[in-house]
Amino acid sequence: MTSHSLFSAFLSVVRRDLLLAYRHRSELVNPLAFFVMVVSMFPLAVGADVELLRRIAPGVIWVAALLASLLSMDAIFRSDFEDGSLELMVMTPHPLSVLVLAKVVAHWLLSGMPLLLITPLLALMFDIDVDVIWVLLLTLLLGTPVLSLIGAIAVALTVGLRKGGVLLAILVLPLYVPVLIFASAAVDSAASGLPISGQLYMMSAILFLAITLTPWPTAAALKMSLG
Amino acid sequence: MSEFLHMGGYALYVWSSYGIAFLIMLFGIFKPLILHKQQLRELKLKRQREKR
Amino acid sequence: MMKFLHKFSSPPYFYSISGRMLPWLTALFLVLLAYGLYGGLVTAPADYQQGDSFRIIYVHVPAAWMSMFIYMVMAVSGGIGLIWRIKLAEIVSISSAPIGASFTLLALVTGSLWGKPMWGTWWVWDARLTSELILFFLYLGVIGLYNAIEDNRTASRAVAILALVGVVNIPIIHYSVEWWSSLHQGPTVTKFAKPSIHIDMLIPLLVMAVAFKIYYAIALLLRCRNELVQREQGSRWLDEVLEKV
Repeated sequence: MTSHSLFSAFLSVVRRDLLLAYRHRSELVNPLAFFVMVVSMFPLAVGADVELLRRIAPGVIWVAALLASLLSMDAIFRSDFEDGSLELMVMTPHPLSVLVLAKVVAHWLLSGMPLLLITPLLALMFDIDVDVIWVLLLTLLLGTPVLSLIGAIAVALTVGLRKGGVLLAILVLPLYVPVLIFASAAVDSAASGLPISGQLYMMSAILFLAITLTPWPTAAALKMSLG
Repeated sequence: MSEFLHMGGYALYVWSSYGIAFLIMLFGIFKPLILHKQQLRELKLKRQREKR
Repeated sequence: MMKFLHKFSSPPYFYSISGRMLPWLTALFLVLLAYGLYGGLVTAPADYQQGDSFRIIYVHVPAAWMSMFIYMVMAVSGGIGLIWRIKLAEIVSISSAPIGASFTLLALVTGSLWGKPMWGTWWVWDARLTSELILFFLYLGVIGLYNAIEDNRTASRAVAILALVGVVNIPIIHYSVEWWSSLHQGPTVTKFAKPSIHIDMLIPLLVMAVAFKIYYAIALLLRCRNELVQREQGSRWLDEVLEKV
């Protein structure tokens, strides 16, 4: 088995998942709508004070992104688990961890990317400066893949359960803490004109750590769930 | 003695800390102990039923 | 040593020897507890800044230490169970979770009770309380996952994977929370940070820490025995145990 065939297996899993998602494209909109709605609940709850909203906006957007990613997370293995294609993936000669990584990449393209695209609009509703919006997007670009990678572990652990929904949130949210902290701190610093390189370095480090480490537990958990 | 119980004015905080610690730790011992008794009793009943 | 471990990990041997160890451990625990309580509540001088409220340290700090220590034990024995399929390691791992969670809860509650007279509020988002809270969430996840999966052995493997992921994450979480609190911290906490500790204050603290470790051993053995009986129903050694009850 060459590295070339491994890479093509990786690509074909990504392509397959994107194609499947394209066939059910109406489902893709839901997490996005959820994201926008959660964010717009906050002004209604805390009042329309522009100063206050500008101050809490990065936190609000990041928490909403966390919840939206959580909501869409379950779909990453669910249908493959139910129709048995996951079992076939385990049986291929390719290491499961690589295929898992491919599925996470596809999932991020479908759920994380759209959040990035809609965020500038939301940021304008909170009157954030254009420079700060760029930083916000950068943190989302570095952070949301980590959310998908970590979330995949928890989904793999719970995919065999009938009632995994709330449990998934309990398993995953504590693990999301570092991403949340560094991302919103970076945006906060940018808003007050402070340097942000430290936070961004940390986020990149977490991202690379997550890419290299998380596929293994995910693969192990999937094998366990399949029995 | 009453000075000791008074804890320099912090009695409420100090004694409730120790009280909660006591309760939690007691619970952590007695819950498994009671469960163990139950388990053995049930298993024994089950065995006697099977024998007959 | 390996031979002993191997023997120790066989269910019937573990069951009988743990039954014999429990009274000794309980006695040791009570002695240490009495000494630690006397030292902490009576002989240790009051702190010159915090007065007698600092005596909460003798439950708060050992509980906080235990909460982390037990998470490590849970993850390591979970990993051992995952790799070598040793039943007893799986049982130790899952039996540790509720004990660890209760210590974490205890650390949180006593931290809050200490915080009220020191900070004037029941809760402050300082680094240590916040990481302890997140640790509590991690424990809740482990317990929830174990209860959700019906088959005990599958559940143990799932919990082991989760606990190991948690262990890799804890330093990152810890670091990020420290860093976060240094950003947002008010000046009130500095006097809470490091009370210069007198030797008469330190010795009871260490004794209490050891007492808590012994307590953990007792609670763990008790829970392991329950879990073992649960899993080994119908095995011959258990029938022999039942004969004697």
